[in-house]
Amino acid sequence: MSTTTVAPEPVGRRPEAVHRRERGVPAPIPFGRIAGVELRKMFDTRSGFWLMASLVVLSLAATAVTIIFVDADNLDYEGFASAWGMPMSVILPMIAVLAVTSEWSARSALTTFTLVSGRGRVIAAKALVTAAVGVVAIAVAAAVGALGYLGVAAVMDLDPVWNISFTELAQVTLASEIGMFMGFMLGTLFRSSPGAIVAYFVYALVLPTVSSALASTNTWWAEHATWFDLNWATMNLYSEMTDKNWAQLGVAGLIWLVIPMIVGLRLVLRSEVK
Amino acid sequence: MIQIDALTKRYGRFTAVDNVTFTAEPGRVTGFLGPNGAGKSTTMRILVGLTDPSSGSAHLLGRHFSQLPNPGREVGVLLDASAQHGGRTGREILTLAARTMGLPRSSVAETLERVSLTEEEAGRRVRNYSLGMRQRLGIATALIGDPEVLILDEPANGLDPAGIRWMRDLLRGFADDGGTVLLSSHLLHEIEVIADDIVVIGNGRIVAQGTKQELLASGETYARCGEPTSLGRALQWAGHTAEITTEGAVRSNADLATVGQIAFDAGLVLTELRAADGAGLEEMFLQLTAETQRDHLETPEREAA
Repeated sequence: MSTTTVAPEPVGRRPEAVHRRERGVPAPIPFGRIAGVELRKMFDTRSGFWLMASLVVLSLAATAVTIIFVDADNLDYEGFASAWGMPMSVILPMIAVLAVTSEWSARSALTTFTLVSGRGRVIAAKALVTAAVGVVAIAVAAAVGALGYLGVAAVMDLDPVWNISFTELAQVTLASEIGMFMGFMLGTLFRSSPGAIVAYFVYALVLPTVSSALASTNTWWAEHATWFDLNWATMNLYSEMTDKNWAQLGVAGLIWLVIPMIVGLRLVLRSEVK
Repeated sequence: MIQIDALTKRYGRFTAVDNVTFTAEPGRVTGFLGPNGAGKSTTMRILVGLTDPSSGSAHLLGRHFSQLPNPGREVGVLLDASAQHGGRTGREILTLAARTMGLPRSSVAETLERVSLTEEEAGRRVRNYSLGMRQRLGIATALIGDPEVLILDEPANGLDPAGIRWMRDLLRGFADDGGTVLLSSHLLHEIEVIADDIVVIGNGRIVAQGTKQELLASGETYARCGEPTSLGRALQWAGHTAEITTEGAVRSNADLATVGQIAFDAGLVLTELRAADGAGLEEMFLQLTAETQRDHLETPEREAA
């Protein structure tokens, strides 16, 4: 104990007696840095890491399955592409959903939005890295499939059939991105992981069944559904697209994706973060 | 410097924050005291832009929170230590904050040390943290950007007495360097230990504010002497109140010098003479707490103290 103190410090100094060193106003946070942090957040939890890793694992598995189960005579690159297409279309939207909702479900938004006060910048960064992850995932899957195909062709002495054009690959990528942004949009609307995931599967699995059931009984819907059913309109991306198909995709995308996204973004930007 | 001016937040017909005005000065630790649900957290969320106020304004360093270009470098915030993704490690959470603010990698290890989280603890996932460790991590996140202002919501929750003492020393040092600290608590004891200035809130309204000394002082004098009855009588003859406490001391409304003089004149030897402990703040606080626990069907008495 300091019994020798003669003049003890006053408890709570007067503000004017305090001189904190002069400090400048810090530079604004560059967008690239926010995007880098958001990308890191997609990988830095065990679930996030394995979700990402599963993309690679599944493209390997899909390639292996194609090699094992498809006859050498029927083997072409399209076979490989359709094998990895299905798992991608399930996992990529989940990644997009969780990129948004985990902030609310884990309540880390309290920290995120007090470190970057412009919520719009955070959401834009999330959208950007989500889109990038989609493109990279397709590229990886396409590359793994191509390597597998080349390997098999070399071993079995086949002539590889490259029957997928770059345009087709771009269309497939766009279809995946639409799926991802449906997930992203539902994430902004629900801001809860279970809610948004369930909603996504209702959209991706239940609605198409309902729509085709309706189409089988109602001829008007059978003819016009592509204008209003985004699943249907997106399916066309897996084949040659006519101008009409693009217009249909635009209309259906506006109804199912763009308008709800505007509502979702408003909610994210305005609502109270607790 | 934190300035809150006529801040009001309504949820439908319920007013969570009702015309709250106060200033937290640099160089001082301001304690925001109130029972659960009094409006402390809402006020703090408004302060950092997570909730929009119905009216009024809140400024940090003369600006609105949204005008801070890199908020973490100027204002350290801890609103809820448990609001983190449980799957991340403590070090990872701190790394994300450091990266967002654009700080060097070394700042993570330095800050972990500052809040006494070991390497091993920092490598554990936050879901396995105790509340006390979460609080330390949250305080680390608030401190890492070397801010000028700290806003901490219930930071002492889950800390043991040694932890509370550590926090007091940390915040004292931060304030002595010219920083502004606003921390909330629903426990009078914590605020008494840590804060210089106290703002008491109940039912969304400020019911008292001032320095700790002002609020804790009762304005009365406490004296001990060998013959308490004689001292009491002498005080009463001089026209003051005098009351013998259970431990045989005298409590009077006369000030210190007067009590000393009267004892001297009466030839009494004082063994203790000091300002009496204030029961005022505690009384008021208990009243507030009782009110919020009362059935809400009866209109609570708003004009407390």
